[in-house]
Amino acid sequence: MTIQNSPDLPEGEAATVTGPTHPVPETEAKGLSQGQIVRRKFFDNTAAIVSLVIFAIIFVLAFTSVGFAGIPGWWKYNHTEFVPLLDGGVPTITGPFSWGEHPFGQDSIGRDYFAMTMRGTQNSLIIMFIIGALAGLVGVVVGACSGYFRGWPEAVLMRFTDVIIIIPVVLAAATLGEAVNRFVGAGAQIWLLGLFLGLVLWTGLARLVRGEFLSLREREFVDAAKIAGASNTRIIFKHILPNAVGVIIVNTTLLMSSAILLETALSYIGFGVKAPDVSLGLIISQNQEAFQTRPWLFWFPGLFIVLICLCINFIGDGLRDAFDPRQKKFNAGRVKDARKPAAA
Amino acid sequence: MVTYIVRRLVTAVLILFGASFVVYQLTALSGDPLEDLRASNAPNREQLIQARTELLDLNTPAPLRYFGWLAGAAKCLVPFAATCDLGTSIQGEAVTTALARAMGNTITLVTTATVLAIIIGVSLGIITALRQYSGLDYGVTFLSFLFFSLPIFWLAVLLKEFGAIGFNNFLADPDIPPTTIVVVAIASGLIWSLFASRSWKRKGIAFLLGAVAAAALLFLLDLADWFTSPGLGPIVILVTGVGIAFGVVLLTAGLRNRKALYASLIMVALGLVAYYVVNPILNGATVWMIIILAVITILVGMGVGFLLGGYDRGQSMRAAALTGVFMGLLIVIDRFMVTWPAYVGNSRVRGRPIATVGAETPGLDGTFWINGLDTFTHLLLPTLALLLASLASYSRYSRASMLEIMNMDYIRTARAKGLSERTVVMRHAFRNALIPLATLVAFDIGALIGGAIITEQVFAFAGMGQLFVQALRRTDPDPIMGFFLVAGILALVFNLVADIVYSFLDPRVRVKA
Repeated sequence: MTIQNSPDLPEGEAATVTGPTHPVPETEAKGLSQGQIVRRKFFDNTAAIVSLVIFAIIFVLAFTSVGFAGIPGWWKYNHTEFVPLLDGGVPTITGPFSWGEHPFGQDSIGRDYFAMTMRGTQNSLIIMFIIGALAGLVGVVVGACSGYFRGWPEAVLMRFTDVIIIIPVVLAAATLGEAVNRFVGAGAQIWLLGLFLGLVLWTGLARLVRGEFLSLREREFVDAAKIAGASNTRIIFKHILPNAVGVIIVNTTLLMSSAILLETALSYIGFGVKAPDVSLGLIISQNQEAFQTRPWLFWFPGLFIVLICLCINFIGDGLRDAFDPRQKKFNAGRVKDARKPAAA
Repeated sequence: MVTYIVRRLVTAVLILFGASFVVYQLTALSGDPLEDLRASNAPNREQLIQARTELLDLNTPAPLRYFGWLAGAAKCLVPFAATCDLGTSIQGEAVTTALARAMGNTITLVTTATVLAIIIGVSLGIITALRQYSGLDYGVTFLSFLFFSLPIFWLAVLLKEFGAIGFNNFLADPDIPPTTIVVVAIASGLIWSLFASRSWKRKGIAFLLGAVAAAALLFLLDLADWFTSPGLGPIVILVTGVGIAFGVVLLTAGLRNRKALYASLIMVALGLVAYYVVNPILNGATVWMIIILAVITILVGMGVGFLLGGYDRGQSMRAAALTGVFMGLLIVIDRFMVTWPAYVGNSRVRGRPIATVGAETPGLDGTFWINGLDTFTHLLLPTLALLLASLASYSRYSRASMLEIMNMDYIRTARAKGLSERTVVMRHAFRNALIPLATLVAFDIGALIGGAIITEQVFAFAGMGQLFVQALRRTDPDPIMGFFLVAGILALVFNLVADIVYSFLDPRVRVKA
């Protein structure tokens, strides 16, 4: 569909035409797979790469500082222990390498706020990844089956999707919270929250994937595969899915960014992560009355939500540009602009 | 078409049955409705528990209880029979009454925010698409990602802190320090230079003009003590009106169309006359009076356009009517501003006009203008929060749609015919770019009524979202079901509307009959 090379250019010449006078065919040299083209376009996108780096830093910081799954972290406090208030709990961070005793300050009862924020970030990230993986999986399976098989599977699955779509998410989360309190320990809380939210948030993706499968199954290469005797499984996994992977990846990324906002919002109104554990939304809601006296309790968790969400949005946008075959058209316009002074 | 609609409606009813059953069971599972009573120390605890168990019919298992609720809800389908029974809340209020009140509040809250978000978002999207890869494009893209990433509860708390408390403090002693004037001037200059086209010279001129204008404006407002007693006055109305007239004509008909321009300018003059003539009647204004005046304005505008416009009357009529509406708006705004000192000085408001919670000042009893200002000051911050949060998706969506349209062959054809850029953009591209947005808007309107759960929570706004959350906290099934019924039906109906509208707007898309 999007063959990126120019047919009149022999393969050997690709290296010689990359000079400043012919900037056009450089990225379109022969022998690039779709994956390579996407990767190259993505790495050309500064905003997406910067976001990826920042996101990686936040990820590493959140998981190593306060420890994860029983492995202790390098930070000296954890999110539950009470430490005597130092200087009213004011943040001691003054630069990227001079953190001081309590870089993000302490809350009103003396807990180290850096540890709390990190723990909250960790929880938010875990929930986000569970939602992304689960909603992505269910959405792709439902969308693929209904788009490929049509007929009664499509009717049943799509009506089922419609039922799920109008069930309020807050209700699902609240039900889960109660179930956790009754039947499971608080330790499994965030995992179950992610699981439950993932089980109701796949609907949008399912619709998109179905649309993609509907149009792809009518294409000639699918007919060719059928005539060659390929099984349904093989056609779905080998022929159609690789062509729909762009839509799936991009929308799963965007789903994850809205998932993190959803989780923090739910925790904020009291239906998400609950009290002994911390979440970024929960600690904001616990401390918003103290805005006048202890503004840092409000700023730091919010900053982390915004940073994570912003990074994921930019990564998603970069992926969208990278996967979009029409992107070539826009670049052609830009290249034309760039060529003008050279031609004059 | 009719078969299609009927079939969709039948499926919608089935979906509603299935989903309502699931929601009922989830609600029953989500908590213990007797929790607060079990913990209470009241001497008649047992009786209270008994009474509530009977009220909510807790001895029946939840799957069976659902059918009891369904039997009541089914009565709502009987037309004109006022037998609608959606049950009662734990406090004993009928759900239908509570729903009606909450819906009214929510609609006032979300309508303005959505309309503004659509208008501003779409225009930003179109402008950035026309200036792709410019500074403006990058700036707006970054900002829309930022707003998209802001948790709305965080934004709301910030707005309360700086928009309400900070601004009220400023209003108590309105004096702008020179540093602020300089900062604002530079910011305004930067914004204007972003809007200017590519050459650096024009950017510089725009920067200077924007900065000087902002500084002068702030200085004058400060000097005239405008913030304590605001107002527009006839001169500002006249100047703004002429500017609006030119702008409207530029967009709807093009400045070359002199007839349209004259018609709009006549409307500005008429508006200025109306400013003096209508002002006395406005003292006893009501909502209906304003609506009637608006209709009269539109009719007069169309009349003026009709009488003047020779060759293409439609354009002149449209431009004149639009200008008239804007003039009317200016007059109404001026009137509100004149009422401002009286509102701020009101004993209930006590000099702190911008409210942080609620939908109205309790016990405030005033004229149409005072009450209007009261609604404005209460809705300002929640509307702003909702607006910023939903702005991003509209601007991104319309930008993508416009970019796609501008690459179409028929746009090249239109240019090749020698049409002006305005005609190409406004008539050929803009209208077609709006088609995919129609679906988005229909979906959003469907989601509106149930929408603003978090915002209503932060601003203590007694709307649908708060009804839902409070009922959920008490595990009170009937209000939750009421909320779900309204939100679910609207979502399903507007889903259908979106599909039908799309097939009307884009004849290539046919609905399967």
